Order: sequence, then C-alpha cells, then structure tokens
Amino acid sequence: MTTLVVGLDGHSSGERALAFAKRMAGLIDVCELVVVYVIEWSPYSFQTAEENAERHKRREKEITTAMERVVTPAVEALTAGGVKARGRVRHGDVAGTIIAIAEEEEAEQIIVSRSSEGGFTQRIFGSATSNLVMSAPIPVTVVS
Amino acid sequence: MKKSILLVPPSLIALGVGAAQAQEEMSIDARVNQIFADATGPFVSFIFAPFPGTEFPWIVMWLVVAATVFTLYFGFVQFRFFRHAIRLVKGDYSDPNDAGEVSHFQALATALSGTVGLGNIAGVAVAVGIGGPGATFWMILAGLLGMASKFTECTLGVKYRNEYPDGTVSGGPMYYMSKGFDELGLPGGRILAFLFAVFCILGALGGGNMFQANQAHAQISGITGDYPGWITGIIFAAVVFAVIVGGIKSIAKVTEKVVPFMGLLYVGAAIVIIAVNYDKIGWAFGQIFAGAFTGLGVAGGFVGALIQGFRRAAFSNEAGVGSAAIAHSAVKTKEPITEGFVSLLEPLIDTVVICTMTALVIVISQQLIIDAETGLYQLNEAGTVATINDVSGVALTSAAFGSGISWFPYVLVVAVVLFAFSTMISWSYYGLKSWTYLVGEGPTRELIFKLIFCVFVVIGASASLGPVIDFSDAAIFAMAVVNILALYFLMKLVRKELKSYSERLASGEIKAYKN
Repeated sequence: MTTLVVGLDGHSSGERALAFAKRMAGLIDVCELVVVYVIEWSPYSFQTAEENAERHKRREKEITTAMERVVTPAVEALTAGGVKARGRVRHGDVAGTIIAIAEEEEAEQIIVSRSSEGGFTQRIFGSATSNLVMSAPIPVTVVS
Repeated sequence: MKKSILLVPPSLIALGVGAAQAQEEMSIDARVNQIFADATGPFVSFIFAPFPGTEFPWIVMWLVVAATVFTLYFGFVQFRFFRHAIRLVKGDYSDPNDAGEVSHFQALATALSGTVGLGNIAGVAVAVGIGGPGATFWMILAGLLGMASKFTECTLGVKYRNEYPDGTVSGGPMYYMSKGFDELGLPGGRILAFLFAVFCILGALGGGNMFQANQAHAQISGITGDYPGWITGIIFAAVVFAVIVGGIKSIAKVTEKVVPFMGLLYVGAAIVIIAVNYDKIGWAFGQIFAGAFTGLGVAGGFVGALIQGFRRAAFSNEAGVGSAAIAHSAVKTKEPITEGFVSLLEPLIDTVVICTMTALVIVISQQLIIDAETGLYQLNEAGTVATINDVSGVALTSAAFGSGISWFPYVLVVAVVLFAFSTMISWSYYGLKSWTYLVGEGPTRELIFKLIFCVFVVIGASASLGPVIDFSDAAIFAMAVVNILALYFLMKLVRKELKSYSERLASGEIKAYKN
C-alpha cells in the first residue's frame, strides 16, 4: 500500500493540498492518506510553574481542538469521497514533526500547501514549507 | 535563594509622603516590628542559632551534612549521572508521542527561574565581603554536594505527586511526606507535611514575596532617587495580580523569556570581564584556594570563609529546602528518577557556575583591599573585608562589574528587578500549593491566597520589615528542617528507584530515542 502524508496548517490553503492529495490517491491503486496537523511547540520554551502544572490538560485540549476543527473534517471528507484516510495531530516543530511522522508511516511522499506564515518570522527562520523541502528524505509536493 | 540578603536596611525605606506623616507611620511601623520581633524572635533565634562556642549556625550544618549523606548514600550520583542528566535535558530520552507535555528542560528552567537571582548577585558579594575569596571554594563545594539533595527531593516530588482527573498535577514535599510515610508504614508523615506546608506559606509570603518587593524597590529608588515604597509596591502588586489572578499569561511569558536572557547576559558579562583580565585568573584562583584554608586575614580565619561559603550556597540554590520538588513535579515522565537527574543540574548552574562567576569578577576586579605588606585582606570597622568605596552586597557586585563594563550596573538593576519578579511568581505557586494542601483545592480558596499574596507585595515594598524578613528566612530554613528529616526516612525509596533504573539503562531496556 502506498502511503501519502498530507500536512495541513488549518488555513484555506490546506484545502488545495488536500484536493491534490485526493487526486493523487485516485491515481494510485491502493493508497492511504495520513492527514497531519502539527501544533507548533518547543520543548525548550520557558514556562511558569502554574503553566507546567496545567500543561497536560492544555495539551489534551489542543489536540482535541485540532482534531475537531481541522483533521477530522478533512478525513471525513476524504472518506466520503472514497479515499482511505487517517488523521494525526502532534506537537512540535512543523517541518521536523511532519518528516518524523512520514518516516514512521513509511510514506512515499509528503504533500503540503505553500506556507501561510510571512513577515519577520519567515525572514529569520525560513518558512515551515521551505524547511520541510530542504530536509525531507522523501519527495515533497508543495501545492501553491 | 535570592531572598535572604538585605542589601539596604529596611529602615531606610520611607513610608509616608510628608515628614510628619512619615514620622508617625515609622513609629507605627516600628511598633509593629517590635511586636512581631518579640513574637517571632525565639523561632528566628532557634533556626539561626550557632553551635555553642562557635559562630557556625546549626541550620547550615544541617543542610551540608544532609547533602554529604545523600552524596555518599547514592554513590556520588551527581558525577556518575551527570552526562545522562544532560542527555535527558536535551530530550534524547523523550518519547516523541509525549511532545507537548512538560519537558525535562522546561521543568529545569522553571525551577531555575525560582532560584537564580539576588542570591547569585548580592549573596555572593556578602559571602566574599565577609569570608574573603576563600568563601568561593566552600560555596562551590556546597553547591556540588547540594546536587545530591536536589536529586533526592525532586525524584520523590515526581514519584508521589497527585495527578487529578482533569489532567492537572500537584506535587511537592507535602505529598511525598504523607504518601511516602504511609507506604513505608511510618507514622508522622502527615504532621511533617502539615508543618512543611505552613512554613512554605510563610516563606512564600516573606522571602519569596516581601523581601523581593523590598529589594526591587531599593534597587529602583537607588537609580531614580528616594520615593515612597508603596508606589513600587502597588505597581508590582498590580503586575503580580494580573499574572496570578488575572491569568494574563503574556506578562509571565515575557518575564520567563527575559529572565533566562538576563541570566545569560550576566554570565556573558562575567566571562568578558574575566577574559579581559586573563592574566589575573591564576592569581584569583590562588586567592580562592589560599583563602579557603587560611582565610587570608578575614574574621574567623578559614572557618569564617567556610561558614560564609556554605551559608550563601544554601541560600542561593535552596537544595534541601523542598521548593524545587514543587517546581519539578509537573514534568512528563514515566520514570520519576529522570527528573531527579535533571534537577541535580540546578545547584551546578546556580551555584557552581553563576555564583563562581560573580565571585571571580569581584576578586579579579580587585574591589577587596589587600594590605600590600602582609598580602592579607584589610578589614573595616565592621569586621568585614574593606572594599573600594566601602560598598557591600549588590553594590559590591555592581562596582566589580562596573569596573570592567561601565554601563553594566544599569543592566544589573533591570536584572535584579526582573529576577525579583520571577521569584515572586515562582513562590506564589509554591505557597499556593501548600495552601491548597492545607485548605483543599478550589477557585475561591486559591483566590484568597492569591489576594493575600498581592497584599504582601505592597507591604513588603513599603514597610521596614527587618524582623518579618528574618522570620520569613527562618521559615524557609524551617522548611529544610522538616524536608530533610523526611528525606532521611524516604531516601531508601529513591535508592530502589536508582538501582532499578541503572540496571535497566545498562541492560538496554531504557533506550534513547535520539543519539
């Protein structure tokens, strides 16, 4: 079975990546799409003791919200369209986490839309998409 | 612990606006102080009492003996597992599926923001000012030993924390005292937990709050000129209120980002000054070693240096006090002992690195006056080492840094104020956890403590609180009396964890996710 990873960022541009992935899945015999949403997070950030105490609770909530708002609707739409699909949500650095999940899933390809972030952050750190393209060990399709 | 060193006598802080009003308020204040001092004096005297015939406070010995016992009992865990601790902080052993939970790094950084501060800046200056450069040697030794105390208390903090159905956690000595003693079938765990919680609340309101507000005001008014302390108090209280009651996380977030930056800037500046004076590094270490064993003329000789070094290290890194066990307990880990390993880095960073940097800068910048003929340090009338411009405490540190980088004293003021603020936020949480342990969890009960905490910020900044601060410091050390007593009973549980973990690590059962 061919596995394709689709990275969503919760913006409308993700719809285009999803539509493209669906088309690709239709062209491949047995294919599964893994819809991934990454919640930007760093294990090296600084937090107060109170934030730490509530962290587990917040994490669960963040995952549930991401699932409900972004991932599950996408998976349901794909399934309704006859495509086999699953969803995953994980915290971390966007590019690194999508690559890690693609490796875990032994995916053939990663499909993402063009990054929606801009301005200062992008100038300093580069966009999540460009980081992904530069470091992914498998082909990456960037849908504009 | 940054709350233990008075930089400016509280009596210098004016209360009222008009002279007559000030006079009246000072007298009320003086009366309050008197009543308070009379009531708490015996307790304070007991905690800070010296051994008969010496000037050595027994509480310092209590902390150092405990640190030595834990070091030997766990077979020098601070050295054997040092590399492993670094790998844990880097996240090499963190399960990627736990991403988004509190990491080892975050738990360590949070605990550090509660301990790095005035103790590292002013406390070291006090130690070197009284005990000479030799105090640095004993401070480093106490810091290295204190790593084992932190390891013990933080392992237990995670092992016996409460995890609630809503996903929040509460941990700290009160939980390991009650649950750990029950597990061993020992009586008295709940009594110790109750005492610890009471002392922790008092310490949080005093040393973790009033002292910080007081020192922040002293620093700000040192730059702007004298003005009533209640103004600083109300501003600080408003900001603290916004964070702990209003839940305005952005302020805490900014502080939590700026504080590590200030810490790095401080160490960076120290390195620059030391590097510029590289030719004196050998001499400075010579003074530290010679002073450690001879005293080089300071009051009390080498014993004087030893007392100051041990005392300030204990004040600075809080090893054995139990506060860190509260801060570290929120980490996500299946192995409580991993947080113990991580926490042992805390006294290393706080005392062995940052305090030593301060001491080296003070020695290298030659702020301490040496008698050219004898090579010994000159003493002033108060019996402390004479310094250029006769300064002590944070002013000595400031002068030492200023001699290398002229504008650094201004940065230091900002650092002191920010450190004071972050300590207040940390201790508000430690106090709250103890409060909820005693009265139970619930929004109203928590709000009551938070409001009391804010009121004490104003009191701390505006009043002259010598006896109150003495009492708060004594309360913090009383935490150590109760905590270490419990640790002696519970340390065999930690050894069991250590044995099991070491075996599984050696057999490869515990694997790193990253290499």
